Amino acid sequence: MSRHHRSLTAWPVAAVAAAAILLVSGCSGSRPAPQGPPSVNFGSGARTTPGMTGGGSASASAAPPSATGSSAAPSAAAGPNAVNITNFAFAPAALTVPVGTTVTWTNHDEEPHTVVANDNSFHSPGLGSNATYSYTFTTAGSFGYICSIHPFMHGTVVVTR
Amino acid sequence: MTAERDPHTMTRRQLMRHSAWFGAAVVLTVAGGEVISHVAGSAETANAAATARPTLRFAQISDSHIGFTGTANANVAGTFTEAINQVNGLGYTPDFVIHTGDLTHLSTPDQFDQVKQMLTGLNTPHIFTVPGEHDSIDDGGEKYRQAFGAGTRGDGWYSFDIAGVHIIGLVNTLHLTKLGHLGADQLDFIQKDVAPLSSDTPIIVFSHIPLFAMYPKWGWGTNDATQALSYLKRFSSVTCLNGHVHQLFTKTEGNVTFHSGTTTAYPLPHPGDGPAPKPITLPAGKLHDALGIREVSYTKGQQALALKEQTLQ
Repeated sequence: MSRHHRSLTAWPVAAVAAAAILLVSGCSGSRPAPQGPPSVNFGSGARTTPGMTGGGSASASAAPPSATGSSAAPSAAAGPNAVNITNFAFAPAALTVPVGTTVTWTNHDEEPHTVVANDNSFHSPGLGSNATYSYTFTTAGSFGYICSIHPFMHGTVVVTR
Repeated sequence: MTAERDPHTMTRRQLMRHSAWFGAAVVLTVAGGEVISHVAGSAETANAAATARPTLRFAQISDSHIGFTGTANANVAGTFTEAINQVNGLGYTPDFVIHTGDLTHLSTPDQFDQVKQMLTGLNTPHIFTVPGEHDSIDDGGEKYRQAFGAGTRGDGWYSFDIAGVHIIGLVNTLHLTKLGHLGADQLDFIQKDVAPLSSDTPIIVFSHIPLFAMYPKWGWGTNDATQALSYLKRFSSVTCLNGHVHQLFTKTEGNVTFHSGTTTAYPLPHPGDGPAPKPITLPAGKLHDALGIREVSYTKGQQALALKEQTLQ
């Protein structure tokens, strides 16, 4: 806005100020600006209300988080039963294995990912950096899956007899 | 529209005249040392005179990712604490503070405990939240709702009125298939929620994932947002504030203005810049410039909210 103030600088300062005062008093109508903080109305029938109350003591820094990642393990090299998660992609995106194979996914990103079957037949927890998730396929078929945090990430495991 | 018009509310034509005049006040505002870094729209929008208390003023923080460990930010709890202190140092008490999601990084109970405790350090009467997809990783948002869902409806959505403004908090991080998703129950809630409101009620909507198509390839959009926004079409002022993308971005579509907020944790690439929305590790000393907080104010009679972005100090 300030870049578009045109020739206003040519106005006498007093005139601008006067105009602004008139403007402010005129435009605000008869209603003065509220002095206290406005109150919140959560509507009828609300016994419990959303949100919480601030305390104002910002020094209340909590304890650091404990280690996360349910199954952290050294990153494994991609093998015939392995899927790597790198750069927000499953690699290989399509894996074919015989029935009874245990497939292990390893997250190599800093971002957490999950492995969630489209039919919900398997569902990993959130995988932090270098965390792994394994699932044993006991039936034949084609199993599409996504990362539920980044659902644009797709993969498929084809299980053959 | 005329039947319920508030006598203190300007018509659009009055607003145009008003805005034309208000250029002078903005100059005074700037001359007084108050630099407004961003005001949405153009001729129809104007900022309030700096002297009067706005009708409503609040702060937005987002994407704290408590529990993140990585080179992009070695101490997300530290930068989040700095953001809280910066809100507390604004020089006034915000009417509320909204955290637009990704409170935690991995949805663990410890992380929820920690971020909740940290939020209570905010000096404000009300703290509101919406969940991010990092807050609902493997349980449909159950742990999020245990920590922050009191008094909300459905999967955690809610609405309230403050200072004549109607505010809606939405949940669009559940049941994802590619993009953000609201779902039939929540759409129904929105439709019924706004039905009794007069069309000149200013509407503010919070969500984590953008309600506009910022970059669908990376999931930066919501697949049924068009339906939700159709319920808001008749309102003269609709503002949607979101997080998720860790960067400032503003877009106007018809009567709706969308403002993506930044993060207190780590930057993400601009849309399409690189293969994936991976955390960016900046050179030493540059991180704070990519993080920040947002002040939002509304003055009765004005169509657009005034936004002021502050980088983390």
